[in-house]
Amino acid sequence: MNLRKIASSTRIAFRALRVNKMRSALTMLGIIIGVAAVIAMVAVGSGAQERIRQQIASIGSNLIIVQAGSVTSSGLRMGAGNATTLTEDDVTAILRECDSTSLAAPVVRGGGQVVYGENNWGTQILGTTPDYLPIRDLRIAEGVGISDQDVEGAARVALLGKTVIDNLFAGEDPVGKILRIKNVPFSVAGRLVPKGQSPTGQDQDDVIIIPISAAKKKVLGASQANYAAVGSIMIQAHEGRTGDVEPQVSGLLRQRHHLQRNEDDDFTIRNMEEVFKAQESSAQVMSILLAAIASVSLIVGGIGIMNIMLVSVTERTKEIGLRQAVGAKTRDILGQFLIEAVTLSVAGGAAGIVTGVAASLLISYFADWSTVVSSGSIAVAFLFSALVGVSFGFYPARKAANMDPIEALHYE
Amino acid sequence: MSKNIIEVEHLTRTFSIGDMTVRALRDVTLEVAGGDFVAIMGASGSGKSTLMNILGCLDRPTSGIYRLDGVEVNGLGRDQLAEIRNRKLGFVFQQFNLLPRTSALENVQLPLLYRDDAVPDARERAMQALAAVGLADRADHTPNQLSGGQQQRVAIARALVNDPQMVLADEPTGALDSRTSVEIMGILQRLNRERGITTVMVTHEPDIAEYANRQLYFRDGQILRDEKVARPREARREIALWDQRADRTADALSSATGLR
Ligand SMILES: Nc1ncnc2c1ncn2[C@@H]1O[C@H](COP(=O)(O)OP(=O)(O)O)[C@@H](O)[C@H]1O
Ligand SMILES: [Mg+2]
Repeated sequence: MNLRKIASSTRIAFRALRVNKMRSALTMLGIIIGVAAVIAMVAVGSGAQERIRQQIASIGSNLIIVQAGSVTSSGLRMGAGNATTLTEDDVTAILRECDSTSLAAPVVRGGGQVVYGENNWGTQILGTTPDYLPIRDLRIAEGVGISDQDVEGAARVALLGKTVIDNLFAGEDPVGKILRIKNVPFSVAGRLVPKGQSPTGQDQDDVIIIPISAAKKKVLGASQANYAAVGSIMIQAHEGRTGDVEPQVSGLLRQRHHLQRNEDDDFTIRNMEEVFKAQESSAQVMSILLAAIASVSLIVGGIGIMNIMLVSVTERTKEIGLRQAVGAKTRDILGQFLIEAVTLSVAGGAAGIVTGVAASLLISYFADWSTVVSSGSIAVAFLFSALVGVSFGFYPARKAANMDPIEALHYE
Repeated sequence: MSKNIIEVEHLTRTFSIGDMTVRALRDVTLEVAGGDFVAIMGASGSGKSTLMNILGCLDRPTSGIYRLDGVEVNGLGRDQLAEIRNRKLGFVFQQFNLLPRTSALENVQLPLLYRDDAVPDARERAMQALAAVGLADRADHTPNQLSGGQQQRVAIARALVNDPQMVLADEPTGALDSRTSVEIMGILQRLNRERGITTVMVTHEPDIAEYANRQLYFRDGQILRDEKVARPREARREIALWDQRADRTADALSSATGLR
């Protein structure tokens, strides 16, 4: 088939499809639904992936958390967070010894009641140092952060998350106001830019950040056993070196904690990226599954095309015989009917793409799910519909091409 | 004497339906000279169409040899036969077999579409073929807008468009009235004489067969008689005579009634 024959076969195909408009439209409907379903499902799946990716970014990049206490082989946490095995000195040591870490901040946390005027709110109180903010990629929306001087002097200053502000201040500007954290007056130094949900579904804005010294001395209280103890250490790795942090920190802490070869770690290192990568890949599997289910309807649409092409071949037997009589070769007839099938499926595919994009927009609008329609999924859907036309059109086209010219000519 | 375009030797064709075998052609030997006009006659079921199908490279004989224009056709494959049909032969059928909803011009262009080489002036050639059958002004009409005779003329134009050496017509006037039949014969005779296109035509109307130069009579798959026509009828002269007579009648009528 050269270009000239393809062009005229396409014209013939369009004419044949126009003759049976309703039939062609119904046949295309199968492909339209199939392609639309694939596009919408892929959009929903990529939307979910995209949301997880954003959430992962929201907890801070290259983040590694060291928690006090260990995980036993049975998975049981031994007094994690309460254990007094990590200290502020460990933080200094990590920064000094481990070249894979760029920032590290000690963290103590606890629940507590916060009061402003008539309002009170139970929230998480987090004592830390200034580096905590860049590590967690937290930004100040208004006001100032906490400084090293604040930490040294155990200043009673606080940074407030959006949820806390919403529940205590009711539209008032919180910056500079005095609130009481567990009955201790603190002045609001700044307001944090909202972060939304964490990948595990926690509200990352329901938090008050204060200097670690103030937390220990005035709010949460320090461990009796060890004043320097901290609940966890947040570490930011140098770009591309997250993998090195765990062995380096682990080695250093075991040495500092005088652990023998046969003793378990008294701390737990968690690479947050890896934890959430797992979630992301499960979302990916999910979206592949959705697309696979949707593509079943595309195959059903293909069977519809095959069915109608078989009908068309039978109806036009005499025409086929005539074309053969005037010199059409096997490949001419094959090409003509293949082009007809592909025209059906590609036209259906184009309409399906429009429908699928519209459906994705409607889903994100009404169901409030984020959907992402990628040009890649559109291209794949288009190619796939052409492929459906070729593969399901092949059998009818071959049937037409292999007809005996005399029998075909005399078919009534 | 021009060389033979058809040489058929001991041709047989049998069909088996279940355990019955029908011997449609039994030992047919035949030569047709290039440029001849042959009419094939015979009772229904005598094997005329079976022979035409083989001559037209649409069917293959069970045994025997068929040489078309010196080329032995027996051993050729499907697509090679298609190529021969496309370039050397033209077909005219009893039922016209035009593509519905397709203009006369496009119907005539159809054989050009299946040529392996591009035909840049396909439109012009189709128009010329239509003009040769007197239908240049109907190029845009679809078959259902044309009379039976006009449809058959479009079919002849289609058979003509690739400059064939031979036209095969199986009962070309079978579906037409007698006046239209003569018109069709006039076209076939003219093409045969002016362009030297060998014409083989099946008919069971003896007066139609008289337009040919040679008549073959078939019976039970064999050639019973093979005769030259001493003085073939002249379709165009007959038409001209008719038209004159019709004019005279009209003149007589109008002068009688005093109307002009
Ligand atoms: N495809 C076929 N299958 C079986 N029998 C056939 C077939 N074609 C023709 N015949 C038989 O061969 C004989 C000759 O048929 P045909 O050539 O069509 O006759 P004609 O055209 O002279 O009327 C008939 O008996 C017919 O039934
Ligand atoms: Mg017949």
